[in-house]
Amino acid sequence: MVQLLIYLAIALLIITVSQLARVFELAAELKGGHKNKPTERENRNNGRLWLVYLVAFFSFILWQLLNYGPRTLPEAASESGVKLDWLFNFNMIIIFIVFIITHILLFFFAFKYYGRDNNRATFFPHNNKLELIWTSVPAAVLAVIIFLGLKLWTEITTPADDTKSEVIEIYTKQFDFTARYAGKDNVLGKANYKLVIGANVLGLDSADVNGHDDKIVKGELHLPLNKEISFKIRSQDVIHSVYFPYHRAQMNSVPGMTTLIHFKPTITSADMRKRLKNDKFDYYILCNKICGTSHYAMKMLVVVDSPEEYAAWLAKQPEFLPATAKTAAITEPTAAEPKKEEKGM
Amino acid sequence: MSMDIHAVNDHHDAHADHEHHHEESFVSKYVFSMDHKTISRQFLITAVVMAVVGMMMSVMFRLQLAWPHEGFALTNFILGDKWAPKGVLDPNMYMALVTLHGTIMVFMVLTGGLSGTFSNLLIPYQIGARDMASGFLNMLSYWFFFASSLVMLLSCFIETGPASGGWTVYPPLSAVAEFMPGSGLGMTMWLVSMSLFIVSSLLGGLNYIITVINFRTKGMSMTRLPLTIWAFFITAILGVLSFPVLFSAALLLIFDRSFGTSFYLSDIIVNGAPLEQTGGSPILYQHLFWFLGHPEVYIILLPALGLASEIIAVNSRKPIFGYRAMIGSMLAIGFLSFIVWGHHMFITGMNPFLGSVFVFTTLLIAIPSAVKAFNYITTLWKGNIQFTPAMLFAIGLVSTFISGGVTGIILADSALDIPIHDTYFVVAHFHIVMGLSAILGMIGGVYHWFPKLFLRKMNKTMGYIHFWITFVCAYGVFFPMHFLGLAGVPRRYYTNSEVPMFDNLMDINVLITCFAIVGALGQLIFLFNFFYSIFRGEKAEQNPYNSNTLEWTTPMAHTHGNWPGALPVVHRWPYDYSKPGEEADFIPQTVPLRPGEVDGGGH
Ligand code: HEM
Ligand SMILES: [Cu+2]
Ligand SMILES: [Cu+2]
Repeated sequence: MVQLLIYLAIALLIITVSQLARVFELAAELKGGHKNKPTERENRNNGRLWLVYLVAFFSFILWQLLNYGPRTLPEAASESGVKLDWLFNFNMIIIFIVFIITHILLFFFAFKYYGRDNNRATFFPHNNKLELIWTSVPAAVLAVIIFLGLKLWTEITTPADDTKSEVIEIYTKQFDFTARYAGKDNVLGKANYKLVIGANVLGLDSADVNGHDDKIVKGELHLPLNKEISFKIRSQDVIHSVYFPYHRAQMNSVPGMTTLIHFKPTITSADMRKRLKNDKFDYYILCNKICGTSHYAMKMLVVVDSPEEYAAWLAKQPEFLPATAKTAAITEPTAAEPKKEEKGM
Repeated sequence: MSMDIHAVNDHHDAHADHEHHHEESFVSKYVFSMDHKTISRQFLITAVVMAVVGMMMSVMFRLQLAWPHEGFALTNFILGDKWAPKGVLDPNMYMALVTLHGTIMVFMVLTGGLSGTFSNLLIPYQIGARDMASGFLNMLSYWFFFASSLVMLLSCFIETGPASGGWTVYPPLSAVAEFMPGSGLGMTMWLVSMSLFIVSSLLGGLNYIITVINFRTKGMSMTRLPLTIWAFFITAILGVLSFPVLFSAALLLIFDRSFGTSFYLSDIIVNGAPLEQTGGSPILYQHLFWFLGHPEVYIILLPALGLASEIIAVNSRKPIFGYRAMIGSMLAIGFLSFIVWGHHMFITGMNPFLGSVFVFTTLLIAIPSAVKAFNYITTLWKGNIQFTPAMLFAIGLVSTFISGGVTGIILADSALDIPIHDTYFVVAHFHIVMGLSAILGMIGGVYHWFPKLFLRKMNKTMGYIHFWITFVCAYGVFFPMHFLGLAGVPRRYYTNSEVPMFDNLMDINVLITCFAIVGALGQLIFLFNFFYSIFRGEKAEQNPYNSNTLEWTTPMAHTHGNWPGALPVVHRWPYDYSKPGEEADFIPQTVPLRPGEVDGGGH
């Protein structure tokens, strides 16, 4: 029934619009207008509408800036994120100026030069000076943008010094994240996808002693404040993306290779709650590469702790092969050859 | 089928005389036609149908995003109880709709539909040729396109649903059926459809290139071509060079899916057991895909810019400003578009130095693009602007081209791309710069060339209403998406209600959806006007806009061979509007130069 009404409403709408259009057209014809050439009146009306649009459009944008702007991501919670935000704002200001100026010109010209019956356009086919200006000015501005952008990019992507960083692996699969802390030796043990059986969810190779003190954690990712974190990212099925929106960091996880990112958290979760006056606030990792049906629900809670809290929390996490269990495990044959872990960037 | 592939060059001036010799049957006239005008209309109507399908899909998933988990009679009515029980969109179907919406819009509507319609219509008309180089290949091009569209639509009706890994169908997700229902038969059909599409696109593209090179009429030098033709020509070259690479990407994916190879697969576990296939690289697929994928956005955009150039010049009653700079920037854009594909892959683990190179090349493209934008604006300056509906759409295109283009400068900056990659900021960017610009250009083209397509006119007042509704809703839908992206909302999410951080964004999603619904309803006005005018519209006169280009010198009938007598001879560039010292404010290309008159904008 409702559907029927909707269809009726749509049909009525079309009929009304088309009839109105006819009436307008007939009226224009009676006034001596040519049916398909716009009359001066139509030109004027449309010209004015461009002006109205200009004002409405800018007001709409201003309204969004005021209303939606505060709801975008809060201040960056990592060292590189702060630099990134600065550069983002810098570029944003430039493009906003370009956007505003060109739109004023475009819509204003459309209004100002609407067709009059006794008017003739100015023949102005080209002008080398103007064309030179608007080739070279954008080129110069872009040179600055490229320079600043690449400087920061190089800085962010230069691999972390693992001896001075906290090494953590992020392992993705449909549809969750698992973390592995490198343990006392700060070295991740080797892993191989063929060993992913039963409880060995990351396929750790028990023949590699570096892995014995590794700590596998699900559900929550804890990070220490003010320490460079070096992430090694792997995937077991499809491509996912490890996206830290609040830390302005992101890297895809790709089956068959280990990808890297690193950043230094600068605001603890508790601190951020205070700053945002929101005691429910939490950091998250989101999956940001389409990975299947439940892509939208693939996430992990992130907790940034003070160094002391972090140490205490980490101490409570079980090791992969605690010393007591070790002797038994090493004598067991491994299922497959261990594989070299680092592959590509 | 009549054998009139010959109807192309000067030797057939006498053609009209034996017109009546071959009365064409209905089938050869309207179905398996080799006439460029009929093929153009076939492409257009198919594209309009596909656009309606693509739009309906977007309305359904927008409803879900604004009011997650709520039931809608419309959704249930279209999708049935299986995919929308009680009207609540199923998550798998959501993904499938997003995927098909993207694929249909990008390939069927704005590649096949846009180039197919206007290259076919305007290349022979505007260069003064009797038809395409090969009418037969041209016909095949349409029917491959038709088959491709049909397979894509049919994939909606299978048990496991259509492809659902996003329009980019990255493996391994798309390679292994177990990863997602849509990666089964639906994905196979997607690949079949795309392969057919690529064949269609290559047949069409080769034809366009050869026709432009070989069949220009006397006097029509390359620098006297209207910018539309330059745009179609460069577009065709891009397509011919890049679509084969997509084909190889698809072929390797077919091998991985069905024949046990592992080009794209490595270290994968399926259902708890290691997959036999290993040693490949999923990143290889992305390189191959985006080697087409980026030129593809210009394949979509350039024809729209070409149409806009012509519409803006004619209706401003002025020459297009900087004709040669416009050609130069299109060539530059075309060339650069082949060496920027890596900007889609900054955070895939690609070598960061390689990333830097792509940053550089990508930002270079901004320069010719800026030149184009400034040239359009200057063309309006001191014009005598005739606001036909087409002109409104063309100005709208310039606006979206700029506002979507500037955010490209942010996304091309690899460092800045890190936090916004794959968020709604990207969705906003590409819809505005490519989706809106191209669709506005295409609709503008339909209004402008309707008299040549169907010999009738569309209703102007309805055109105005259609434009203003469309243009208000266009920005209403896509501008707020920037803010969603900056709030960290990933794209391709079935709902934003799973993560508490997005709880305060619901009203933005509701606003977007409201605009989308009104915008979609606004298109009904267009559809009505379009189909009504095809049959009942007022008959058009010969040169309704006082244009200079050759298509308006053909009679208002669909003559086989286009010109009943000899082919027109060209004496000047196409932009002599309001030339000083001339009575009329336009001088058709067929008018000889006066003694001492300088061609090409000199005066
Ligand atoms: C009726 C107007 C339209 C609306 C409301 C709309 C809306 C959307 C939305 C909400 C998405 C999903 C974003 C995501 O979850 O990733 C999307 C995806 C997409 N749209 Fe549109 N769109 C419209 C028109 C167009 C047009 C004209 C194009 C032509 C280029 C287009 C191309 C795409 C593409 C390529 C995707 C990506 C699909 C994917 O993620 O695989 N859309 N659209
Ligand atoms: Cu995922
Ligand atoms: Cu690109």
